Amino acid sequence: MIVSIASGKGGTGKTTVSASLASIWDAPVVAVDLDVEEPNLHLFLRPELSPPEVVNIEIPVLNEAACSRCGACAEVCQFKAIAMLGDTPLVFPEMCHGCGGCLRVCPTEALSPGTRELGSLMRGRAGRIEFLMGRLRVGEAMSPPLMRAVKAALSALIAGAPRDAVVDAPPGVSCPAVSAVIDADIVLLVAEPTPFGVHDFRLAVEAFTPLGKPLAVAVNRAGIAPAEEAGLRTFCRGRRLPILATIPYDRAIAEGYARGRLVADLSPGLRATFTALRDGLRAHYAKEAVHA
Amino acid sequence: MPEIVVISGKGGTGKTSLTAAFAHLAGRPVICDLDVDAPDLHILLDPVRKRSEDFVSGHEAVIDPTRCTGCGQCAQACRFGAIVPDGPRYRVDHLRCEGCKVCVTICPAHAVDFVPRHCGEWYVSDTRFGPMVHARLFPGQENSGRLVSLLKTEARRIAEETGRELILSDGSPGIGCPVISSLAGATLAVAVTEPTPSGRHDLERVTALCDHFRIPVAVVINKCDLNPGEAERIAATALARGHALAGRLPHDPVVVTAMVARKAVTELPETPFAASLREIWRTIETLAGQRTRSASRA
Repeated sequence: MIVSIASGKGGTGKTTVSASLASIWDAPVVAVDLDVEEPNLHLFLRPELSPPEVVNIEIPVLNEAACSRCGACAEVCQFKAIAMLGDTPLVFPEMCHGCGGCLRVCPTEALSPGTRELGSLMRGRAGRIEFLMGRLRVGEAMSPPLMRAVKAALSALIAGAPRDAVVDAPPGVSCPAVSAVIDADIVLLVAEPTPFGVHDFRLAVEAFTPLGKPLAVAVNRAGIAPAEEAGLRTFCRGRRLPILATIPYDRAIAEGYARGRLVADLSPGLRATFTALRDGLRAHYAKEAVHA
Repeated sequence: MPEIVVISGKGGTGKTSLTAAFAHLAGRPVICDLDVDAPDLHILLDPVRKRSEDFVSGHEAVIDPTRCTGCGQCAQACRFGAIVPDGPRYRVDHLRCEGCKVCVTICPAHAVDFVPRHCGEWYVSDTRFGPMVHARLFPGQENSGRLVSLLKTEARRIAEETGRELILSDGSPGIGCPVISSLAGATLAVAVTEPTPSGRHDLERVTALCDHFRIPVAVVINKCDLNPGEAERIAATALARGHALAGRLPHDPVVVTAMVARKAVTELPETPFAASLREIWRTIETLAGQRTRSASRA
């Protein structure tokens, strides 16, 4: 079972929940950080990491001597990565999505595949938790292709030996967030019962419902704004979204987090919250899988 | 004209609550919500829409099942895994399609249509603090960077037309496409962080991004009493890297009180938190003014 932890709004507690959930998981598990722009899961799980593996995207490299100046490459490119300067193509590597279209249409083979560094893939282990993360190069705009590389590494691990995965997704509901949950078996949304949190939670439900995957909810900072929380719970009931965990708003938790502690380690009660969340996710997935 | 962009790296450090207060404190701003993916500033500013426009950007491939012969060349060529078998034929998974046109170009049966993509909407509104430009990217859509650029262009146009003196933007979390677009041409990036392992780590990456694009940075440490030692280390690092330190704010429930009241925290009866925020805003205004003057001399 692959569990993706997503949220809509940033800072609702995705990493907190992912780290604690991975730490109490009672079966072989891979913790995966797909928030490649700002990966944080390693700060809490503290895995021993192997050296980073560079991940590249294919970009075109022009051999001007072979170019017939037909302009077909600039015409096919949808991303403004090739422009004609007079009659000569000019490549803007940072705009390229790596679709390979220009190489296909070039009649004189004047374009050859080169690379742009997207970032790195890191593998590691924290006790019995296997660990994978992507880390976008600072200055690189495109996170989805690096996320695809991390997901491919996860698929390879799972193909080698079946195991579960807890995936920390990026915030938001646009292409990186959808890309992080699209291959999950179940999506856990971490909701913060504040006006911003509830607003973005509803956006996330709207974004992820069409994926047809079981959705479940963890409420973090419960008690921070009671009226908003009542609205959140009513909304979840109406959409038949099970709330599988409620983590209270407590300064001690915020301070523990600020010191890099796992929330599940702060008290036996919090640990029980996460073991119940784990069992709830399994039960909800099993039930939804029967329906599907 | 000064353009101030509030960013953070990590989400949830307080960007939007602080931006709303800055909009209240600033003289005659044009306000911009550049977090087009999960915008929240409108919750505090209650904008009245004056204008609403579709955001159409790029294209997506659509296979016509009546023309598709099921040869599968498109699925082999697609680098995004966006073409999936559908019975004897194929279809495009629009959530994975990046609109590159490769399948359209190579299909021997000319069965792939290429249709413009309606990615979202954008709005020009009035708020009690000034005009506001904001948007909503539809779920799963790309091109957030292009939408951010469009909003900034519109904000500049409004500022010039109405003689406003500042563009104040709420940015998005992360360091990718929308953040890079929001930083282009900015006078000053205000980086809001918190003294947690994630806050510190993400601040380092987002300020490295600002350095990369040569955008000056002013750091605000929010929730500084959650881990005072870490807050001091963040402050020291900021200064060592040549960034300004705009100030510190405590972890204060008044931020949520203001949010629930749909107000900027500086609009509530005065609190120590709001007083610190006023100080911080004065520092930011001074820094942005210095940058604007030095840029106009250059």
